[in-house]
Amino acid sequence: MELDLTPVWLTLKLAAVTTVILLIVSTPLSWWLAHTQKRWSAVVEAIVALPLVLPPTVLGFYLLLALGSNGVLGASWQALTGASLVFTFSGLVIASVLYSLPFVVQPLQNAFTAVGRAPLEAAWCLRASPLDAFFRVIVPLTRRGYITAAVLGFTHTMGEFGVVLMVGGSIPGETQVLSIAIYEHVEVLDYTTAHYLSAGLLLFTFVVLLMVYGFNRRFPAHGH
Amino acid sequence: MATSGVTAEGGRLQARFQVTFEAFSLDVDLDLPAQGITALFGPSGSGKSTVLRCLAGLERSGSGVMQLGDRVWQDERRGLFVPPHRRSLGYVFQEPRLFPHLTVAGNLDFGYRRTPLAERRLGWDQVIELLDLHHLLARRPARLSLGEQQRVAIGRALLASPDVLLMDEPLASLDLQRKREVLPFIRKLHDELDIPVIYVSHSLTEILQITDTLVLMRDGRSVATGSLHTLCGEMGLSDYLGEMAGAVIETRIVGHDEAFGLSTLRFAGGELLVPQQTAAVGEALRVHVLAKNVGIALARPDVATSFLNVLPATVAAIEAPQPGRHTVQVKLDIGVPLLASISRKSLHTLQLRPGQSLYALIKAVSLAQEVGYEQTH
Repeated sequence: MELDLTPVWLTLKLAAVTTVILLIVSTPLSWWLAHTQKRWSAVVEAIVALPLVLPPTVLGFYLLLALGSNGVLGASWQALTGASLVFTFSGLVIASVLYSLPFVVQPLQNAFTAVGRAPLEAAWCLRASPLDAFFRVIVPLTRRGYITAAVLGFTHTMGEFGVVLMVGGSIPGETQVLSIAIYEHVEVLDYTTAHYLSAGLLLFTFVVLLMVYGFNRRFPAHGH
Repeated sequence: MATSGVTAEGGRLQARFQVTFEAFSLDVDLDLPAQGITALFGPSGSGKSTVLRCLAGLERSGSGVMQLGDRVWQDERRGLFVPPHRRSLGYVFQEPRLFPHLTVAGNLDFGYRRTPLAERRLGWDQVIELLDLHHLLARRPARLSLGEQQRVAIGRALLASPDVLLMDEPLASLDLQRKREVLPFIRKLHDELDIPVIYVSHSLTEILQITDTLVLMRDGRSVATGSLHTLCGEMGLSDYLGEMAGAVIETRIVGHDEAFGLSTLRFAGGELLVPQQTAAVGEALRVHVLAKNVGIALARPDVATSFLNVLPATVAAIEAPQPGRHTVQVKLDIGVPLLASISRKSLHTLQLRPGQSLYALIKAVSLAQEVGYEQTH
């Protein structure tokens, strides 16, 4: 039996790209949510949290419509690049970012709230510009939050199934990620391959989580 | 010693802020000397800290104007607002707010490395020595006592070479022991550096020890501004100073009397006897004579008194009696201003009038040198 590892690499690539984008997008969003006094921030918070509770097929269905050539996102993407978003890797990335957003935003928001404005003000009064203060003081102080956010975003993206199936289908090398591949092996009763892939995913995820929790235990948050 | 280049030496710090928060409005107009230590004094909720935050640019008021020397940091009429990091100020918060991820040295270096060479007015070694931080440099803030942390916070602010140092109740989070540990360093700032300090406190005992200028705050307004000696010798401020109303007198130790355990202090109008001091002859001592500890006698009670300090005085002014209060303040002149608080009944019995010669009986002299001092009899 020859084990096709293409879905594994594709999954890792998808999770990595998604996590990087998520960290960049979520930092200002979480910062705003942690510090804003605006009442309607609750609306934003609720929207961000939706993927936590929504059946992935519902999210996938609406994404399919939005990313399709008649959808808002799909049409503008097509006009810009000439390519379609549905059943492509780019489409998967967009879907994954939305799907895993709460898993990155919430740990960051909690970390920012816990650190508060006090260290920031201290840094400003020591000639540090807002950006300088953010990277030299806030980021180190919220390191645990960032690690948790990155790991949750990465592993959650690796495990997604419903949304991927709706938006990406199962094109080998393009959109056929690990969870889809496992499903298809089971469907054709190829339990051996399904076993290898499933056990691999299980082990990998466990080890990653173990490392994170071990790290957080060894390096407790500063000053708490 | 530090030389100040661009500071507002001899200049003034002028500010006007009008801000309305949910349940509180601030409306202050300040014109302070940009030198020495100026204290903002008032009860909790009087807006002292908010003024400091406005001065730093941490709060922005819709109609604020602020200027240090010839540098304008805020003028909302022109839409001008310089953010805190471009204001060359130091801020010592109530809690030390050290960066927990950096060592003491890293904390001290934070503002220092961000200060352009040309603007550095204090040397690294100078500040380390002034605040006695050498043995702490390699440690993490979590492993320091609160008093040590606050000293590091002061050093960190100084090393950013501020043109004005804002201190928001820097001793409030410390117990008496730690206060005693930190306060001498703040006094040293005053004596050895020429950086103007704006010092917020609700503790008059702290203020009496270190400040030159006093701003009394109440309900978001600045109700009186003046030199410490002038304001403390003013009548009618008992609403703001309460039990602590009373003259502040600068003295020098001229002798110790071992046999009776007393020290003699000389001031501009004469001498005072106080319990024996540890300080040496010749040293300066600031004393606080509470109005409630000063009595009045029309004739010199030469023999029949246990008071150590009986001084000839003239009545300078008498406060108009306030309804609902049984005491009035009388301003005496003993070479320096002295406040006495006497009952309205005594005022009536003694028939006091301005210009009258009489004797001031000083029941107790507080020595401003001790934090949370006890009155000594």
